[in-house]
Amino acid sequence: MHPAASLILFSTLSGAGFGLLALIGAGLARTTGWAGLAEAALAFALAIAGLAASTFHLGRPERALKAFREWRSSWLSREAWLAAATLSIMAITTLIRLAGLPALPLGLVGSALALATVAATAMIYAQLRTVPRWNHWTTPAIFLGHALTAGTLLAGHRLPAAILLAALAVAQFAAWHAGDRRTGATTRESATGLGPRVRPFEAPHTSDNYLTREMVFVVARKHRVRLRSIGLVLAYLAPLACLAIPPAPLALPLAALLHIGGTLIVRWLFFADAEHTVALYYR
Amino acid sequence: MTDLPETRSTKKLGLVIDLDTCVGCHACVVACKAWNTENYGAALADTDAHGAAPSGAFVNRIHSYEVTGDGAPRIVHFPKSCLHCEDAPCVTVCPTGASYKRAEDGIVLVNEDQCIGCGLCAWACPYGAREQDPVAKVMKKCTLCVDRIDNENLPEADRIPACVRTCPSKARHFGDLGDPDSHVSQLVEARGGMDLAPEQGTRPVNKYLPPRPKEDEIDVLAPLLAPVAEEPKGWLGWLDRALDRLG
Amino acid sequence: MKDDSHFDPSPAPGDAVRKTTCYMCACRCGIDVHMKGEEVAYIEGNRDHPVNKGVLCAKGAAGIMQHNSAARLRAPLRRVGERGEGKFEEITWDEALGIVAKRLGRIRETDPKKLAFFTGRDQSQSFTGYWAQQFGTPNYAAHGGFCSVNMAAAGIYTIGGAFWEFMSPDWEAAKLFLLFGTSEDHDSNPIKLGLAKLKERGTPIVAVNPIRTGYNAIADEWVGITPGTDGLFVLSLIHCLLKAGKIDLDYLSRWTNAPCLLDGDPKSRTYGLILRDEGGRALVMDRASRKPVPWDAAGVKPDLAGRWRHAGTTHASVFLTLSDRYLSDEYAPETVAPKCGLDPAQIHRISARIAHAAFDQSWQHEQDWTDFRGEHHTHVTARPVSIHAMRGISAHSNGFQTARAIHLLQVLIGAVDVPGATRFKPPYPKAAASHPRPHADTHAGQPLDGPHLGFPLGPEDLLVDEASAPLRLDKAFSWENPISVHGLMHMAISNAYAGDPYEIDTLFLYMANMAWNSSMNTQAVMGMLSDKDENGDYVIPFIVHADAYSSETVAYADIVLPDMTYLERHDCISLLDRPISEPDHAGDAIRWPVVAPDRDVRPFQSVLVDLANRLGLPGFVEGGEPLHSDYADYMQMHERRPGVGPLAGWRIGETGLTDGRGAPNAGQIDQYIAAGGFKTYAVPEAARYMKPFNAAWWDWSCDMGFTDAPAPYLFELWSEPLRRFQMAAEGIGARQPPEHLRARMRLTHDPLPIWYPPLEDGHADPVEYPFYVLTQRPAAMYHSWGGQNPWLRQIHGENVLYLPTNLWRSGGFSEGDWARVESAHSEITVPVAHMAALNENTVWTWNAIGKRRGAWALSPEAPEAQRGFLVNHLIHELLPEKGDGLRWSNSDPVTGQAAWFDCRVKVERVPRERISHPAIARQDSPVGQGPSVVARSTGEPDPAPGMMSYILKFLFMNKRLRANPHKEDEQ
Ligand SMILES: Nc1nc2c(c(=O)[nH]1)N[C@H]1C(S)=C(S)[C@@H](COP(=O)(O)OP(=O)(O)OC[C@H]3O[C@@H](n4cnc5c(=O)[nH]c(N)nc54)[C@H](O)[C@@H]3O)O[C@H]1N2
Ligand SMILES: Nc1nc2c(c(=O)[nH]1)N[C@H]1C(S)=C(S)[C@@H](COP(=O)(O)OP(=O)(O)OC[C@H]3O[C@@H](n4cnc5c(=O)[nH]c(N)nc54)[C@H](O)[C@@H]3O)O[C@H]1N2
Ligand code: SF4
Ligand code: SF4
Ligand code: SF4
Ligand code: SF4
Ligand code: SF4
Ligand SMILES: [Mo]
Repeated sequence: MHPAASLILFSTLSGAGFGLLALIGAGLARTTGWAGLAEAALAFALAIAGLAASTFHLGRPERALKAFREWRSSWLSREAWLAAATLSIMAITTLIRLAGLPALPLGLVGSALALATVAATAMIYAQLRTVPRWNHWTTPAIFLGHALTAGTLLAGHRLPAAILLAALAVAQFAAWHAGDRRTGATTRESATGLGPRVRPFEAPHTSDNYLTREMVFVVARKHRVRLRSIGLVLAYLAPLACLAIPPAPLALPLAALLHIGGTLIVRWLFFADAEHTVALYYR
Repeated sequence: MTDLPETRSTKKLGLVIDLDTCVGCHACVVACKAWNTENYGAALADTDAHGAAPSGAFVNRIHSYEVTGDGAPRIVHFPKSCLHCEDAPCVTVCPTGASYKRAEDGIVLVNEDQCIGCGLCAWACPYGAREQDPVAKVMKKCTLCVDRIDNENLPEADRIPACVRTCPSKARHFGDLGDPDSHVSQLVEARGGMDLAPEQGTRPVNKYLPPRPKEDEIDVLAPLLAPVAEEPKGWLGWLDRALDRLG
Repeated sequence: MKDDSHFDPSPAPGDAVRKTTCYMCACRCGIDVHMKGEEVAYIEGNRDHPVNKGVLCAKGAAGIMQHNSAARLRAPLRRVGERGEGKFEEITWDEALGIVAKRLGRIRETDPKKLAFFTGRDQSQSFTGYWAQQFGTPNYAAHGGFCSVNMAAAGIYTIGGAFWEFMSPDWEAAKLFLLFGTSEDHDSNPIKLGLAKLKERGTPIVAVNPIRTGYNAIADEWVGITPGTDGLFVLSLIHCLLKAGKIDLDYLSRWTNAPCLLDGDPKSRTYGLILRDEGGRALVMDRASRKPVPWDAAGVKPDLAGRWRHAGTTHASVFLTLSDRYLSDEYAPETVAPKCGLDPAQIHRISARIAHAAFDQSWQHEQDWTDFRGEHHTHVTARPVSIHAMRGISAHSNGFQTARAIHLLQVLIGAVDVPGATRFKPPYPKAAASHPRPHADTHAGQPLDGPHLGFPLGPEDLLVDEASAPLRLDKAFSWENPISVHGLMHMAISNAYAGDPYEIDTLFLYMANMAWNSSMNTQAVMGMLSDKDENGDYVIPFIVHADAYSSETVAYADIVLPDMTYLERHDCISLLDRPISEPDHAGDAIRWPVVAPDRDVRPFQSVLVDLANRLGLPGFVEGGEPLHSDYADYMQMHERRPGVGPLAGWRIGETGLTDGRGAPNAGQIDQYIAAGGFKTYAVPEAARYMKPFNAAWWDWSCDMGFTDAPAPYLFELWSEPLRRFQMAAEGIGARQPPEHLRARMRLTHDPLPIWYPPLEDGHADPVEYPFYVLTQRPAAMYHSWGGQNPWLRQIHGENVLYLPTNLWRSGGFSEGDWARVESAHSEITVPVAHMAALNENTVWTWNAIGKRRGAWALSPEAPEAQRGFLVNHLIHELLPEKGDGLRWSNSDPVTGQAAWFDCRVKVERVPRERISHPAIARQDSPVGQGPSVVARSTGEPDPAPGMMSYILKFLFMNKRLRANPHKEDEQ
């Protein structure tokens, strides 16, 4: 699949934002005073920046609000609702807390919604049978893992973050490995009905089209290995290393920054690595 | 809403495409573009139309494949447009309700006024049947020529899709696949019409008629010709007798 | 339930329909042009039209984009830069026509042959030829010489009709269909409709073609033959059929010259010609009396096995001579199969299929008819084997004889013009002898003595002077290619450049992209067009080109005459030319202005009328008064012979309107328009089969004006015209060929079909150059001119060379590779791809996809100009030198047919490139570059009726999609 910058930014930034919101909601982050305000502001900024980025992926962004309509069947619509609900509930929670009042029950609701939002985002991809690499429970698991890890890092919990980073590194590695093997049931033979020895002779048009640009993307194998290594180091190992340095004031923010930067690469691969059944018709 | 219609009529309009007959001429591709750029929804635009990377929206395209096997290798021309699936994933993923399947005949359509151009439906379609228009930025797809098949401004005979009307080799057939007596259902029955990628669970309405086995792959050879005589002289004798029989 | 109100379920395709004829190719389909106001909204096939019956091909359906093309010329142009640069200024029509008329006037008054007028696939040859004849130059031809003259000549000399344009398979009744060397053909929609009928009935299709795409892909049996060897294959089929006695002896003895006796006396002046009595009547042996008698004498039973011993010489029948030849083991499947790249079993199998269909599946078709001998018949014997062949046969230097072999096969099984077999389309059949002879007698200020092109019957009809030098610039009808009945357009430029046989002044081109895809050796031809002599003058002094678009050839013209498109002008698809007939009806059609032009362009035929009027050409001007105001007027009022004009419908008869013969009718075009743009004339029932021998056919043919008197004939299995040339080569006769041509002529002008290897094989080392390089017509492109079309160019915007598996492996190729392709004379570097369904001695690509940078209003960065390529650079109009000091023409030695498909190459992998070579420098565009974004739909209803139609809703947008930014190579 085409690794669109808008979608990479969206899923990475809003993932981190909603992850942090989840911790805030559950009272696992600074929730009071200026620090609480700053933490909440960061979470909202990330979530909203991500959502804003996602509209750049829309052909008709001015119609974005129509996306709320089909929550009964569409994960994208559900995600829109959940994001909106999360942001409103968490806004109220934050205001209540800023006023010095307790808001844990509401916060827990917000926290659950935040995680649900991330899950819904992941489900947009995971539901697609057409993309075997995504069509698996590991997709929401990894998305949630990233959200929680980023949130934990941003909330400044050194040890839990380290544990999450280590776990996520293993999970991501395993997911890549498993994903490489998951080709899906659809083959060129079943897609064309032309038997086992069929190969594309001529594409329908010599020129590119929306489908080839959007869905027939191929990462060279050697690039893939290199990018995965860089992703592993940047997103997980380097932050872990930062956390291992004896407490220094900048270690945590640096780890968070590295992690989020690395996540961008991991997400780039999430899209670029994913093969769509349409490619069977074209390549 | 984007759920698939719960109650449906038994009518399932669709195409039957004969892979044994399609010569890959692209006539249907262009007729489709010409009709649909002028009618239903936004024009089908082309970008960089005279440049280095021309690219436009087409909702019907002809692939071609090479098949090798026991017999001589061969080329199969392979038209592909929306299959109007019964369990259309493109419909259920749509967040806006722009994509929908008509209860009365099963045609899958996009209401372009409601489309936000998120592209998710195109991702959900296993067949590559949806393309976003590069200018209008809304999703385009085969409408089964919904604006021809009941069009009161067209003579009766022309109330068929533009691609079917134009196909010079008669490789495209349109009809009600829900009606076992329709000519399309009969064709599917007689020729072993197949679904593309059935494991995707989309239950396509459109069917493909597989290429017939070729003569060099099946053993129904005409008997070889026996010579009338082995010797040249014998041949002349045969000729003489044969001419006598002519009278 | 969903709301469907967002779309209109019943949009009107337009508010008016105008019915005319398509011109996106030469197939002549009927179209319904749906108008919204004065804008074209949609084009679809005319269901009533006999050619396409409602269907359209991809090009036809894209006609709207062609009409609105950004590459359309806007006004007459005068060159201001150097030839080839493409720098022009727009001038007025008065200036342009003034310049041309002055120049042509001077030429006509001094030496008319200094004008060379060559036209492409224009569909108005009977008019352009007439114009050139009245002008008086011998140097006129249309594109047939580089197209399919082998097919045309072989058919007409053998059976009086040709696959090319004048015959059609019996799609309704065939039980077996054999298709030779065809990818699209001119009849592209009728063939597809026909194939659909065969498929519907389950009739087997056998495709003989090195490449298995398109029509060949759907065939039931593929004969993946090595190029240039079809003659052997067919003669081997004949061998098998003869050997098994699966031939139609009755048909052969009645309707062919098979029983005729051949003069067997080597000392005779008529050695090898048919023996005739004093009255000139051919002699046969009578089986009853065992005596030689005139073939058509009453009660004669012609003996196919006839042999007449007389005065010490044996005179054998044609049939014995031919069976002697083809029964030889030389033609046994086991002998020929390896040369053809086939398995002998396949040849056996196909001959068995032919025999089975022709004889076991035959029936008697009830039909009362009377033959030319006056004998009455109650039925016609069906021989349901239909055959069609095109340029895969034709475009080889042995194509004439190969096409003759195919016709021989048809005749041997009695499968010509009978139910189930290939049938004639009116105005054919017509024997070679009933056609005119060629003419080239030139006098200052005078018209030519007769039509340019014709059918020589022997050396006496050649157009050469006493010294054997050709009279025509293209050397047509000379000893080099005596029966070049369509001329040799592909030689015009190189001969004019070489001043051989003489220099010319003005080259006048129309409807052929001669600086590009219709030339061999393209790069060199571009050089010839722009080369200067020592005085700094162009070697070819003056070039006038009539084109509708900014083509490659436009860049080489001194004056460009911009044509209208097919939707804007009048045209005539005439029975005098290439009409729209089918076996059971004759038909003709028109084009008419369904939209008004929005620019300063004029229909070229009307421009020719204007020039004729300015020059005072006879036939156009009488008593100082022009006879015709424009082409539409000519179409209605011109009479070629009394009562016979360009259009056969609604002429004025004695009692009212009539068809065929009649006086001109000034309202004729309106009648055609009202009738949907065409008219058909049903062949009377009794005249539908066996036409060459059928009295009712000849009566109808005379009524319709196809002929002035009945002209029945016999099929010529033994070709006397060929024998006459062969005799000359053997030293018999007054007119003798030059020495160096004798041996070749003796071989190639065999009166019976023979096979010899394509001539290039004898010149380019087959070991060094092991592969034939072929091209195929893409169904969705018409030569170079489809490439300007924004829709079609997305389908075929670049091409690759396909390599067979053996070469792919041995050459170490992998996906995305490039290769250097080298012929004996030139090389190109191009992208390649693998194809298994391909003969192992063949490489190929789609024809004419490559474009010159800057042409056709495309960006110089267009894929057509960057990666797209022509193989024409590899093909030379002359064969490589062979040590005899001579450069033989790369043409069929009989007809002069351009041998496009003889070219042999070697192919080597090279590092991947970005652009194909040769990369010709760009030309300036007189029309700029087309818009980036096109979103075609009609605008608001036309504001003011009668206002000029306005074109596309072009949206200019700066954003350009990047070229394929996401693809990387899989390592
Ligand atoms: N769409 C489209 N239609 C066209 C045209 C076009 O440009 N586009 N051009 C028109 C014109 S001008 C013409 S002349 C006709 C030509 O119509 P076709 O005769 O169909 O033309 P080609 O594409 O040259 O096809 C030649 C075929 O012969 C095969 N071939 C080559 N060598 C041999 C051989 O030795 N033996 C056999 N058996 N086969 C061989 C090639 O593989 C190819 O399939 O098409 C007309 N129709
Ligand atoms: N390698 C290879 N070369 C080949 C062949 C092959 O098989 N292989 N085939 C050969 C054959 S058979 C042919 S027929 C030739 C064809 O080759 P060309 O005759 O060169 O064919 P086109 O490219 O169609 O060029 C026709 C010209 O007419 C112009 N034109 C189009 N429409 C109009 C109009 O309405 N009015 C006017 N005035 N001009 C118009 C176009 O712009 C173009 O300049 O190619 C030959 N060349
Ligand atoms: S083919 Fe694709 S677009 Fe059409 S209904 Fe099926 S899933 Fe949807
Ligand atoms: S692109 Fe349009 S039709 Fe497709 S899912 Fe998005 S909103 Fe629905
Ligand atoms: S049915 Fe209509 S929209 Fe669909 S492919 Fe055919 S022409 Fe195009
Ligand atoms: S028009 Fe018919 S034959 Fe041509 S590509 Fe389409 S389906 Fe195939
Ligand atoms: S075959 Fe196509 S381009 Fe040619 S006349 Fe017919 S519709 Fe037009
Ligand atoms: Mo041609």
